[in-house]
Amino acid sequence: MPPQSAVDGARCASAILPIRGEDLVFERGGRRLLDHIDVEIGGGGTLVLIGPNGAGKSLLARVLAGLVTPTAGQLTWAGRAPDRRCAPRIGFVFQRPVLLRRSALANVEYALAIAGVARPVRGERARHALERARLAHLAHAPARVLSGGEQQLLAIARALATGPEILILDEPTSHLDPAATTAVEELVRAVRSEGTRVVLITHDLGQLRRLADEVVFLHHGRIFERTPARAFLTQPTTDEAQAFLRGEIVL
Amino acid sequence: MQDFAAAIAEALRLIATFDADLAEIVGLSLQVSLAASFCAALIGLPVGALIAIGSFRGRSILILLLNALMGLPPVVVGLVIYLMLSNAGPMGGFGLLYSPAAMIIAQTVLVAPIVAALGRQTIEDLRQEYDEQLRALGVGPLRAVPTLLWDGRFSLLTACLAGFGRAIAEVGAVIIVGGNINHVTRVMTTAIALETSKGDLALALGLGLILLTVAVVVNALVLGLRVTAARSAYA
Repeated sequence: MPPQSAVDGARCASAILPIRGEDLVFERGGRRLLDHIDVEIGGGGTLVLIGPNGAGKSLLARVLAGLVTPTAGQLTWAGRAPDRRCAPRIGFVFQRPVLLRRSALANVEYALAIAGVARPVRGERARHALERARLAHLAHAPARVLSGGEQQLLAIARALATGPEILILDEPTSHLDPAATTAVEELVRAVRSEGTRVVLITHDLGQLRRLADEVVFLHHGRIFERTPARAFLTQPTTDEAQAFLRGEIVL
Repeated sequence: MQDFAAAIAEALRLIATFDADLAEIVGLSLQVSLAASFCAALIGLPVGALIAIGSFRGRSILILLLNALMGLPPVVVGLVIYLMLSNAGPMGGFGLLYSPAAMIIAQTVLVAPIVAALGRQTIEDLRQEYDEQLRALGVGPLRAVPTLLWDGRFSLLTACLAGFGRAIAEVGAVIIVGGNINHVTRVMTTAIALETSKGDLALALGLGLILLTVAVVVNALVLGLRVTAARSAYA
């Protein structure tokens, strides 16, 4: 069972999974960046969106989270049009964490306040979220003086504090050292084991091997494969996926 | 040269003995300019914030106008406020002309565009940084305003101090709407202008030194704020 959401029911009366995109197209500057994508994300486990740079991974994640409006196509959360009040049920972590000019604890409390969590319980929940990310000792430190790894863990803790149904991580370790990467991956594993759906964007095959249950391979704004991780690594069915795994597709 | 040295010595004596006339003028100056800066912040910060987060037709022109208003000539502001507050003007019934309230109004009109324009730039920069993250958390545009104001507090306070610096140093507007009446509307800048024209350099120099000190203190506060904000990583 996924962890209980901390989101105020009055603000978001419904679940958001499955997230479904039908015939999604996104164009900018005369270029088609998402090309008629059909995708559904429900259930549990870790789904890895992988592909070369410019494949459309981050853009697709933003479209599914309702942060970017597609040029064409339909997006639904649990069969309904996206409702921004339900945004706290999607935890979104960016490649470069954007932290408020406040303490680590205040950053998490802010997310809880936005989600409608009552003031008396915010502090306790925020501290619990920091403990989970092993940041309790930094609760009162200004968020922006934390190391890169600590900042990313804080961003994940903030995203998780509201008890989201799905956690989307956009290349969360691309600028982190191995130790910080391990800490982030451990947290992601823990979140997954608690039943939260995880969507991880990466082009790191090692990370895919370590974390993925299922893989969506994107190239040129299109989905070429969606398969279990093991099958993707051992028997990719498309020429593009095979070339990517051989390191022959860079862009 | 001897006269000049004597005037400086007399000015220092006036300051050191906390001369009553001088203290009264300094007190009124601070009172008027602080009140005007406060009113300008109340008007300028929300206006700047709304322009920063707003998306509407004519926004670029509004920003252009707002930036241009930072250079409002004080005598023109004084003249307009004078016309509004004079007996024949639309606000003549309030009887505010030649009162500290009229001076506060004039300085507020001068300072509000500075606070709004600098505040708009601060909030817009911060908004660009925060925008996607705030939307991901479910923060709407209006709810974002207090967040941006709070997180930009050090820079916004600097904008307010810049506005105070402008208010305390200006002479053109307050002399027109205040009239430089002794013990009523005489402030540092108008007193300096008057005493210089009378040849009483001691009081003018004394007030000038205090005005310079205020300018240094304001700049020191700005610097202190920046250093504090940078050290605490809240800038």
